[in-house]
Amino acid sequence: MDFLNALVALANFVIVPGLAYGAQLAIGALGVTLIYGILRFSNFAHGDTMAFGTAITIIGTNALLALGITFGPLPTALLALPFGIGATILLVLFTDWLVYKFYRDQKAKPVILVIVSMGVMFVMNGIVRFVIGVRDIRFADGERFLITAREFKEMTGLREGLAIKTTQAITLVVACIAVALLFWFLNKTRTGKSMRAFSDNEDLALLSGINPDWVVKVTWMIVAALATTAGVLYGLDKSFKAFTYFQLLLPIFAAAIVGGLGNPLGAIAGGFVIAFSEVTITYAWKKVLVYLMPESLEPDGLVQLMSTDYKFAVSFAILIVVLLFKPTGLFKGQSV
Amino acid sequence: MNPALKNTFLFAFVGLLLVGTGMVQGWNSALFILNMGLVSAIMALGVNLQWGFAGLFNIGVMGFVALGGLAAVLIGMPPVGEAWSAGGISILAGLALGVATVIAVVMFRKRTAGRVQTFGTIAILILGFVIYRAVFDGGVNAVESVNPASTGYLGGLNIFGPHQTADGLPLPDYFILLAWPMGGVLAAGAAWIIGKTALGLRSDYLAIATLGIAEIIIAVLKNEDWLARGVKNVNGLPRPVPYEVTLQNDPGFIARAASFGLDPVAASTIYTKLCYTVLFAIVLLVILWLSQTALKSPWGRMMRAIRDNETAAAAMGKNVTARHLQIFVLGSAICGIAGAMMTTLDGQLTPGTYQPLRFTFLVWVMVIVGGSGNNFGAVLGGILIWWLWVQVEPLGLGLMNLLSSGLEDGSALKDRMIESAAYMRLLTMGLVLLIVLRFSPRGLIPER
Repeated sequence: MDFLNALVALANFVIVPGLAYGAQLAIGALGVTLIYGILRFSNFAHGDTMAFGTAITIIGTNALLALGITFGPLPTALLALPFGIGATILLVLFTDWLVYKFYRDQKAKPVILVIVSMGVMFVMNGIVRFVIGVRDIRFADGERFLITAREFKEMTGLREGLAIKTTQAITLVVACIAVALLFWFLNKTRTGKSMRAFSDNEDLALLSGINPDWVVKVTWMIVAALATTAGVLYGLDKSFKAFTYFQLLLPIFAAAIVGGLGNPLGAIAGGFVIAFSEVTITYAWKKVLVYLMPESLEPDGLVQLMSTDYKFAVSFAILIVVLLFKPTGLFKGQSV
Repeated sequence: MNPALKNTFLFAFVGLLLVGTGMVQGWNSALFILNMGLVSAIMALGVNLQWGFAGLFNIGVMGFVALGGLAAVLIGMPPVGEAWSAGGISILAGLALGVATVIAVVMFRKRTAGRVQTFGTIAILILGFVIYRAVFDGGVNAVESVNPASTGYLGGLNIFGPHQTADGLPLPDYFILLAWPMGGVLAAGAAWIIGKTALGLRSDYLAIATLGIAEIIIAVLKNEDWLARGVKNVNGLPRPVPYEVTLQNDPGFIARAASFGLDPVAASTIYTKLCYTVLFAIVLLVILWLSQTALKSPWGRMMRAIRDNETAAAAMGKNVTARHLQIFVLGSAICGIAGAMMTTLDGQLTPGTYQPLRFTFLVWVMVIVGGSGNNFGAVLGGILIWWLWVQVEPLGLGLMNLLSSGLEDGSALKDRMIESAAYMRLLTMGLVLLIVLRFSPRGLIPER
């Protein structure tokens, strides 16, 4: 019984939140890794692209609610998500046409493109704040829990409860759909194949008649869709704040690099690696250990390895360890 | 137009902007902008050393600036004796144990191999961590419970205490000037550790690594209350210049102010700011002179050779990684010095105000706009962009007021437009950066 209780406590505080956060990071990291694989630079504006997509989705949600449309037990934001994605696609295609295209045609060095993306980041930061302000916004509506801790306790008779938030379940479902769609697209469609070819060897791809402009456009569209989805899922699960999204850049990049930059499968693995390390290292283990250890050995403190404020330190430490021992990431990524 | 004339013209233009600010908004705010502009120029020189000379992509400037600020507290504040006796020894012992664990791991790994090495390393790490936390946490709790409302930290090294006149008025304390080089040393130490691990990897990795270390440094400053009170902030740092209140009670100063036709209050604020301006200008000129000398020396030529073609430089026998580490440490040290100066100017350390957009990316805008690779460009960019950063908000507000003047008062759109003026800064900085990169990628004063 004690063992089961420990397991439930672990699932409640570590596994479920870790899975949801990991899925959000994975979708974010997929966007970063696609840009890196095909456009060959680290896009620092990614966090703000996520924020922009989420901001538009929130506005759409509010409009839908004003019209009296809801999505039943599910958050209305899911209905507004296509609007958010559409607006973000327009924005990134416009940005690409206005800003990035010039440097691509010039064949500028990747680091110049990174600095350019810094400028885009500033502008998007400003735009997001114009659109929605700087406040903390919660926009999750509908049913809050799939199963509450009390219901679980009554159902099983255990002392520990397992609460699953609707948003966590939705995150996993949407993430699975998004990833399945992406891999189907990359592996089965003609455009997807040409994207992979372009990523593997640009010259060879050009030689075989692949239209680079089209590949770049499709990449930006996919990235915009992924970024908006990741942003909305994160915002539903926690809350939306422009500055938090900017800060997400670090774990997202850590996930993409740990997995191997340019490798989509790696980005997903990296997302979960980073998320689970953050959660396990900043979690107070006392609750789980109480059940597992004999009474005489019960811990006095919280058995928290690091305070939650150091979660950035965790993603960073993992990043450094991976870079030192496996510079191309867990799955083989590209190196420039 | 020949370059020398153009550069003189550009600097004269920035001077004119400051004089104009003085005439319109008052000399007090003009000097305020100038002082922070000088500090920004020093930060820009540091980044220019790394990016312009060596092509290192450091986006962790904020962390090094914050470490400089920490140095100002650690040097400038008086020590809290009670806290030291309560838990100072345990904290130091805990930190020493932490370092000892790391050294033990390194030594152990050198002497063993294979499975023994792996399990031994893990065992030492776990054991070391448990002992470290046991000793360290006790000390931290003891220190933080010493009068938490006003101290609750170990304090600094300023044993000479606050200086006062016979009437109890504050006097300048030159001890805090020591914090400026100390800030450089702290930042250099951090830069050495990060450089040792991340340099030699790809440029993107260095960028992410520096971004990460900056966030971690801020997290440490925010959470380790025993060190610098965390988010409770340290106020009332001593100043190396005369205090306004002391000047206002000095008959000699009042008489001199009156001879210029100024009232004592206005004269004292301007005098204090001017003193800072002189101090900052001296530091800036010294660092500028050193950077210029370095740029022209064989060392500077070697750096640029490495930047332009690492492979060729390595083939000529230059140790690229070691030179990168060297310039990374030097540039970060300059950022640390600037950080200590800024905290001295503010008179307080507020870890909550350190934001990457303001302290990392804005400095990058300064370097790119001024002209990467050119020290004078960095100085010009530093002062110019800082001026713009301060002035965009009132300008934006004016613009929004003008644009929305046709709308009726209290309408939602009007309120929204006026509210959004506050975010003009980010947008403008991004636009400036993008426009310069597009149409004048070498900056206002290009590298020669």
